[in-house]
Amino acid sequence: MSTNYEDRPRGGGYDSDDDSDRRGPGGRGGGRRIHRRRVCRFCIDKVDLIDFKDVKLLLNYLPERGKILPRRISGNCATHQRMLAEAIKRARNIALLPYTTD
Amino acid sequence: METKRQYEVVFIVDPTADDEVTKLTDGFKQIVVDQGGTITKAETMGKHKLAYEILHKKEGTFVLMEIEGSGKEIAELERRMRVNDRILRYLTVRVDEDRRRAEKLKTRRAAKQAKRVAAGGQRRGGAVEFAESKGE
Repeated sequence: MSTNYEDRPRGGGYDSDDDSDRRGPGGRGGGRRIHRRRVCRFCIDKVDLIDFKDVKLLLNYLPERGKILPRRISGNCATHQRMLAEAIKRARNIALLPYTTD
Repeated sequence: METKRQYEVVFIVDPTADDEVTKLTDGFKQIVVDQGGTITKAETMGKHKLAYEILHKKEGTFVLMEIEGSGKEIAELERRMRVNDRILRYLTVRVDEDRRRAEKLKTRRAAKQAKRVAAGGQRRGGAVEFAESKGE
């Protein structure tokens, strides 16, 4: 999935049809690839509360490395990203989720 | 501020002390009650693998308690848990504020929805007109 978002090619690899709708033609060389940014899934599901005990849900936002998936990738809204981050941090504290994975 | 606070307390019990789980939980419940709090929920979430080792333990029994009170009983409870070496870890979260907020959002959304349904019935003709004019 979108786990290795950090290893995406920086320079080169100019996919004009990938990001042409986001950035004008003047975007300097390469540009970053957009990783299907969609609308906040929590807003669609009308989630008001993210429970830190819901490990299954939280794991969706924890790529292999164990870092919290950034908003620019997941497309979460600010409110829900904040709630999610809080929940993940709580879950980490009581060892439901890892701080790091190696 | 006399409103009661609600807390969620999760603690991890040493897996080697599995038979003591109910005893421990009952003991904690008693502490809370003695301090003037009330237990609204207490359940064992079962034995889970820990995401990382705590005191060289790889798994533990998770227990969840929901407590209502002033906050004094939480202080006492946490003190006891800190001292007890059967408890690998605990986490207390105050939930009443977040829950109230969620409730508010929910009712607001319901009200909005009801309004929209009510308005949609009257406006249906208008909406179609709008769509047509857009299509031209």
